[in-house]
Amino acid sequence: MSGAGDASQSPRPDRLLAIRNSIARGERSVREVVTDAIDRMTSGNPRTNALTQILADEAMVRAAELDAARSSLGPAATLPPLFGVPMIIKDNICTRLGRTTCASRMLENYRSPFDATSVRRLVEDGAVIVAKSNLDEFAMGGSGEHSAFGPTRNPWDLSRVPGGSSSGSAAAVAAGYAPAALGSDTGGSIRQPAALCGLTGIKPTYGRVSRLGLVAFASSLDQVGPMAHAAADVAPVLEAIMGHDPGDSTSLDADARQGSELLTTPIVGLRLGVPSQARSSANHASVSRVLEQTIATFRAAGATIVDIDLPHADAGIAAYYIIAPAEASSNLARYDGVRFGRRAAVTQGEPLEAMYTRSRTEGFGSEVQRRIMLGTHVLSSGYYDAYYLTALRARRLIKRDFDRAFSRDPGMPGVHAVLMPATPSPAFALGEKVSDPLSLYLEDVYTVGVNLAGLPGLSFPAGFDTSGTARLPIGMQLVGPALGEWTLLRIAHQFQSLTDHHEQRP
Amino acid sequence: MAQDLSRQHVERIARLARLDPGPEKLAVYQGQLSAVLKYVERLEALDLDGVEPMASPMDRAGAMRADSPGATLSPADLIAMAPAHFESFVRVPKVLGDGGGA
Repeated sequence: MSGAGDASQSPRPDRLLAIRNSIARGERSVREVVTDAIDRMTSGNPRTNALTQILADEAMVRAAELDAARSSLGPAATLPPLFGVPMIIKDNICTRLGRTTCASRMLENYRSPFDATSVRRLVEDGAVIVAKSNLDEFAMGGSGEHSAFGPTRNPWDLSRVPGGSSSGSAAAVAAGYAPAALGSDTGGSIRQPAALCGLTGIKPTYGRVSRLGLVAFASSLDQVGPMAHAAADVAPVLEAIMGHDPGDSTSLDADARQGSELLTTPIVGLRLGVPSQARSSANHASVSRVLEQTIATFRAAGATIVDIDLPHADAGIAAYYIIAPAEASSNLARYDGVRFGRRAAVTQGEPLEAMYTRSRTEGFGSEVQRRIMLGTHVLSSGYYDAYYLTALRARRLIKRDFDRAFSRDPGMPGVHAVLMPATPSPAFALGEKVSDPLSLYLEDVYTVGVNLAGLPGLSFPAGFDTSGTARLPIGMQLVGPALGEWTLLRIAHQFQSLTDHHEQRP
Repeated sequence: MAQDLSRQHVERIARLARLDPGPEKLAVYQGQLSAVLKYVERLEALDLDGVEPMASPMDRAGAMRADSPGATLSPADLIAMAPAHFESFVRVPKVLGDGGGA
């Protein structure tokens, strides 16, 4: 364990907490902070391609408004929790500012007439939206390579992928463009890129954060969540965006704001379950090493490590790659060139259907077409029971595995959280898996089950792979019972008060 | 479950999905989709007797909100998103007649 220092006491100046505090103390104006962010994005983005748009003018207007509000309130006023904090929004989350492209030709000129609920809540809490970030088209992919605007590159090694689908959000925060970003996670799309870029990211419990304004991919799996350097930076963003929304019929009506102060409670006596499946021989050697080191750190912090079993974990990817494409094929049926998005040219006398087909064929990239076709197949007459219903039954078994791990009944493991890797390997090379979709799908082995079960999952930086030429971050993952976000953040924060992986930069 | 997708079946799926990627891409998809379907065959080994399908992580169906009027998007906002419009109508190619697709 390298020289630590309590992160909550002296975070690096690029951390969300440090930026927020420097503004609150009057050391920096919002305009200075936002100007810095715009300068870093403008000079850095040509290398990483993390952003689809830099909203420089809009952000400067907002910064001036916030500074003016600040001076009229006076120095003693209590500021909203994200006052002046620059934030980057994944470009499948609707913003009134700029366009919402989903990194797709289908929506390259789409302007949303409203803000997603998550974005509106960030703005209400004082955040400044400075950019939209690149992604795998419609959030389908785990590498950031399937974007109509070109691949995102990993700031730790520009020849490698940052992970996906929230590729740009992860790369942007890792590169220091902004202290935090929103992503979305359908099968690991926050946790996997956070892991490969050395960040902390959380996929909340299904229903915890409103999906209103998140462009739908797989509606029973999608969640919006924050990514930042450390758990203590993620917490205020999650607090801002979560809570019931009458505009989303799957929004949970649970107590929302929980208080970042809960993070500082020690984890002595907490039970962490390590699934036998996480000690897989398929893991990269560095991932296995970091898992064991992480276990040792938690033991030293007073946690009890419990061996558990998730016997149906192996079915996760298979069930996911039936259910998610099925829902995608249905959700993406709306892109027909009629009401919004791309419309292909048709010649006089051609039928309406030619316009649908040509608009969709021109508008969707290969990975999206593949998934729509896969979903269409598993839902089609004669195949529905064999594929789709089978996958939904397997989904319940996967959920029961987690329920059992968390159960406090006599003889049950009764763990507070499950600990396992976020990914089986560190960032791979650009192009390495692009022609073999199945090999890319297998990278999701540790993340998809959490979405199928609807549980919260957090990934956090836990070490580095130093076997190659570049130092590459490795992330571990914590999974909790429904509504267990604050326990996960607390466990990660306690880990981060003993380690400094989250304070490393490319 | 098993069996590779035939060319004819892949063409049918594409047609159902209103996609026309062309013969070369379709051949690539055929191989890639067959590999994925072969992989998901492992679900057949599970004992799923009596297991209820789980379509959503939520126990209850979608919640209803009060049926009361509130702010909505304006017709102008909505029509502005359409690729082509005439006054307050979305304009589309002819639906009926001329051997059209109705």
